Amino acid sequence: MERIGERLRNSTPPASVFIIFIVVWEVLVRALNIPRFLLPPPTAILNAFFDTSTVIFESAFYTLRSALIGFAVGCGAGIMVAFATARWVTIREGVMPLAIAVNSVPIIAFAPLMNSWFGSTNPLSKVAIVALITFFPTMINTVRGLTLVEPAKIELLHSYATSQLEVLLKARIPNALPYMFNAFKVCSTLSLIGAIVSEYFGGPRQSLGVYILQEAQLFRFTNAWAAIAIAALQGMGFYLIILLIERRLIPWHVSLER
Amino acid sequence: MAVVSITNVNKVFGSGNRPQTVALKDINLEIQPREFISLIGPSGCGKSTLLRTIGDLIPPSSGEVLVNGKPAHAARLNREYGMVFQSPVLFEWRTVLGNVELPLEIMRVPKPERTQRAREMLRLVELHGFERHYPWQLSGGMQQRVAIARALSFRPQLLLMDEPFGALDEITRERMNAELLRIWQETQTTVVFVTHSIPEAVFLSTRVVVMSARPGRITDIIEIDLGYPRTVETREMPRFFELVTQVREALRKGEDMRER
Ligand SMILES: Nc1ncnc2c1ncn2[C@@H]1O[C@H](COP(=O)(O)OP(=O)(O)OP(=O)(O)O)[C@@H](O)[C@H]1O
Ligand SMILES: [Mg+2]
Repeated sequence: MERIGERLRNSTPPASVFIIFIVVWEVLVRALNIPRFLLPPPTAILNAFFDTSTVIFESAFYTLRSALIGFAVGCGAGIMVAFATARWVTIREGVMPLAIAVNSVPIIAFAPLMNSWFGSTNPLSKVAIVALITFFPTMINTVRGLTLVEPAKIELLHSYATSQLEVLLKARIPNALPYMFNAFKVCSTLSLIGAIVSEYFGGPRQSLGVYILQEAQLFRFTNAWAAIAIAALQGMGFYLIILLIERRLIPWHVSLER
Repeated sequence: MAVVSITNVNKVFGSGNRPQTVALKDINLEIQPREFISLIGPSGCGKSTLLRTIGDLIPPSSGEVLVNGKPAHAARLNREYGMVFQSPVLFEWRTVLGNVELPLEIMRVPKPERTQRAREMLRLVELHGFERHYPWQLSGGMQQRVAIARALSFRPQLLLMDEPFGALDEITRERMNAELLRIWQETQTTVVFVTHSIPEAVFLSTRVVVMSARPGRITDIIEIDLGYPRTVETREMPRFFELVTQVREALRKGEDMRER
């Protein structure tokens, strides 16, 4: 009971700010007579959403699926490569500087190329972009987490004649978990951005990116806004789920932050 | 048989074009079972290096370290010593109990026995009731006691401690000293203890090994004939002050020798 009360109290300030934001938006747009094509009021967006919910949900599902598969592939591969690099120093010294360099490349710029490689209506073209975008942060963070273990901890384990495998299990992996979750949180947002933006460069009609682009070009701005709102909700939902898993899996870390 | 037997040990850090440091020069030392040895000396004189050499965490450049008659390496693989560092080095993802259980886990002690022994050790360091806490929920002194419980949990014959109480205030430190002596007597271990504090060394030890820097070497060994148990009154005995003075003069003499 006490914990629920505490949660409610903690979520009150952001919730009130959000509600105030929506109300101010509504009032300002109406009071200043801002034209719909510039900025529709929230109620109009909500209406548009109800009118077009079937199309929007279908599109949102398609895009979310690309994002999730790409996320799983990119993060999975990132973790695997990280374990390999953390294990073999020579690989790490060769791969890490390269990975950090590539990580600063705006990978989304490859989206048109992926479209021509795989075909713009092939989900693979979006999955590939998302996988690429999420691969590097995950890999770099995981390598950091696996290698940046307090040296005294390793020394202590050596004093018990601990095997390499157990040093990995008892020190390196637990140490890496917070780093990995930080990467997942960043990647959850990146994966949706990656999927939607690469759809802007071409994709099947039932996808958020194509839908937003098309509605905007047809001057149906409120419909575009409704789709964007769904994309925002997806992004927040994805992020929250990762946050919840993190709390479950590494409570010791989350409580440290408090 | 000596628990630790160090013969002509030298340790030089740095090779090639890196600057060389002679961290240990011609170290000879025999430590008998049930002894409590303190290593004292100025910063950088090689106390930690000597302790880590005994523990086979770094190899000597030359000379020999035997632990219970075997090379230090064999003793390490045989898990014959417990190590306590200057900082507690607790695993923040483990509870207090989990931290104390760690060495037992690695040594494949079955779970029920592991938990029971860890609880026993926590009682020994007066931390029962804190089993389920995380390290960050404890004070510095309590964390250090967890580290001691962890080192004792697998009943090593030899306890290597590197300034374990360095970060504590004077009062807590004196209480920890008394506790450590009690534990030492209850568990019948041999202790090698690094410290910067002269009273601490005198209060705890059977012998105080005085070291001097550049090159790091042993300049004096002082027998502490105070008898046990040692209590608060021990610190007020005239003999205690005499021995403190004796160690202080030995330290100063070591410094003078270097200047000449
Ligand atoms: N890994 C290392 N590489 C190079 N030099 C080292 C290394 N470890 C220690 N040294 C050098 O060896 C000397 C002895 O160091 P050590 O840590 O043993 O000193 P100490 O007596 O424990 O000092 P303190 O009381 O400050 O802890 C120092 O001059 C130090 O610079
Ligand atoms: Mg030291």
